[in-house]
Amino acid sequence: MSNDIFVVAEHIKGALEEVTFEMLGKGKDLAGNFDGNLVAVLLGSGARELAGELGAADKVICVEHAEVADFNPETHGQALAEVVKSNSPKVVLVANTSMGMDLAAGVSIEAGLPLVAYVTEMSADNGRLTVTSQLYGGKMNVESQFEGEQCVVSVMTGSFSADAGRAEGTPAIEDVTPSLGDPRVRFKRLIEPEAGDVDITQQEILVSVGRGIQNEDNIPMVQELAEALGGALSSSRPIVDNKWLPKTRQVGKSGVKVKPKLYLMVGISGAPEHIEGMKDAECIIAINTDENAPIFDHAHYGSTADLFDVVPALVEKLKG
Amino acid sequence: MNIIVPIKQVPDLVEELELDDSGKALNREWLKYKINEFDDHALEEALQLKDALGGTVTAMALGTDDIDKSLFTCAAKGADKLIKVTGDFDAAVASHVAAKAMANVIQGLEYDLILTGVQAADDRDGQIGVLLAHYLGVPHVSVVTGVNIDAGKALVNKEYSGGLMGEFEVDLPAVFGVQAARETPRYAPVSRVRQAMRNTELEEIAAGDCAVAVGSSVSRMFKPETGAGAEMLSGSGEEVAARIMNIIREKGIKV
Ligand SMILES: Cc1cc2nc3c(=O)[nH]c(=O)nc-3n(C[C@H](O)[C@H](O)[C@H](O)COP(=O)(O)OP(=O)(O)OC[C@H]3O[C@@H](n4cnc5c(N)ncnc54)[C@H](O)[C@@H]3O)c2cc1C
Ligand SMILES: Nc1ncnc2c1ncn2[C@@H]1O[C@H](COP(=O)(O)O)[C@@H](O)[C@H]1O
Repeated sequence: MSNDIFVVAEHIKGALEEVTFEMLGKGKDLAGNFDGNLVAVLLGSGARELAGELGAADKVICVEHAEVADFNPETHGQALAEVVKSNSPKVVLVANTSMGMDLAAGVSIEAGLPLVAYVTEMSADNGRLTVTSQLYGGKMNVESQFEGEQCVVSVMTGSFSADAGRAEGTPAIEDVTPSLGDPRVRFKRLIEPEAGDVDITQQEILVSVGRGIQNEDNIPMVQELAEALGGALSSSRPIVDNKWLPKTRQVGKSGVKVKPKLYLMVGISGAPEHIEGMKDAECIIAINTDENAPIFDHAHYGSTADLFDVVPALVEKLKG
Repeated sequence: MNIIVPIKQVPDLVEELELDDSGKALNREWLKYKINEFDDHALEEALQLKDALGGTVTAMALGTDDIDKSLFTCAAKGADKLIKVTGDFDAAVASHVAAKAMANVIQGLEYDLILTGVQAADDRDGQIGVLLAHYLGVPHVSVVTGVNIDAGKALVNKEYSGGLMGEFEVDLPAVFGVQAARETPRYAPVSRVRQAMRNTELEEIAAGDCAVAVGSSVSRMFKPETGAGAEMLSGSGEEVAARIMNIIREKGIKV
């Protein structure tokens, strides 16, 4: 086993994702603590061109292969497991993203390493790693320790500074060619999102509605508030899954990231997947009847008043 | 198309969560449970596929706490078979162990597709769908919306961020972690659940050896500092509205 920290570099459409730099920044700390190297693992065809942005790493392991040209849960998983098995790093950092969710558990089983997911904090003490996961929709933090020497950790986006992981220069590149025959999962194409009537990423004022709104008949009430404020209506995921608003209005991990001047949230709990999309808003006001709702950790102003009292009162004041 | 839908109960997150005396686990005595919301989506997608293609839907769960009612609810919605996997585990079972237990049982069943919920709020050591696929040696895709079956293969969409999706063709059998079904999950009235309790057999199958190494353990559980960030506005709806008006005026957001 080595003391190296491996970071799985995530990228799509030719660009590295922010979370890659977040992991590199934190990984550099850990590598220092453990006296090991920081190694970025880059999978993809033509991906080595991205190595020039991975200056924070001591080395880049590059897997160039037609079968990993686009993200593929099976071939990416196989290639990563092979890299991890042959190098035996101390820690493997994978992003807890859509792609990372397909990889972390597989490496854990194929390489026989423990996995802890949803991690937002990591610290190294006496050669031991302690990690904290954000569970129960953001309502509980759970600290874990590992029994063996090695582990896989899946990291929540936005947990660490990306700037700490950005550095100029191309590290040494090691090429690896795994054997990836006859995959049972085949990538077909990327499907781009449809353009909506309103681009919520361009709005200065957003009223965002969540499951606390109860049913579709109440949507016009919050729409009216958005209009009275001269902004637009956005939402959490369940509202879109229920087809009460179009997908283009969804804020969060699988929706869009927004950064308005005002983000007024009604009936949204503040699950980590929602926070990911709006935490950089300039002024966040949350109305939620649950005093323990995680959103109150992230909002600038909060109230446990009932949204069905606050929203009509606001509309009246704005129109009055 | 024979589809297995593993389901799980999770604490209702609208309720308050308390720690037990060890400080390492939830106090589960008064905990209110509900079926993981993504499982409702997985079951709905399975029932839609069955309507279109025929076959059976089997709802399956580890026998923790009072899981029976959740299984009967699946039957009330249209699941044909119910399996409870029995063994020495409680609601805090690790994902690796739960996945191995399910893999042991599923190995003895005939199936084309396994649809799990994409994740649950308490899976500290990974999402079961992907672990299960690896124990079974079958392919998987997680964060799936929309499963289509054509000529013995599945065509699925995997969601990335910003509404971008990847389309994949997958050989069967396979495991998919369902994020959202094509239709809003159906609801089963209590009367139908009662009927299902009388009319549907709940088969119990022993998990067998599922003592896999988890390799990590919880050293501490604690609540994040709620309210640390937000300045709380108290009062009636009317008063809170007035405070909000002041805030947005002061900040020059809206005059
Ligand atoms: C891979 C993945 C990606 C995801 N991507 C996203 C994403 O992009 N965006 C997203 O939002 N979610 C996403 N989710 C879902 C996320 O985990 C949560 O399920 C979701 O954000 C919860 O939405 P909500 O807050 O509206 O609902 P809930 O969590 O059910 O919260 C409803 C809230 O309303 C409050 N409430 C109820 N009645 C009232 C009232 N009268 N007045 C005031 N408040 C009231 C309640 O106290 C509660 O806190 C994703 C999940 C996964 C697994
Ligand atoms: N104890 C369990 N019994 C049956 N299915 C489960 C269990 N735990 C998890 N699952 C399935 O795996 C999905 C993801 O859960 P998790 O791995 O806990 O995130 C759930 O939505 C269920 O479909």
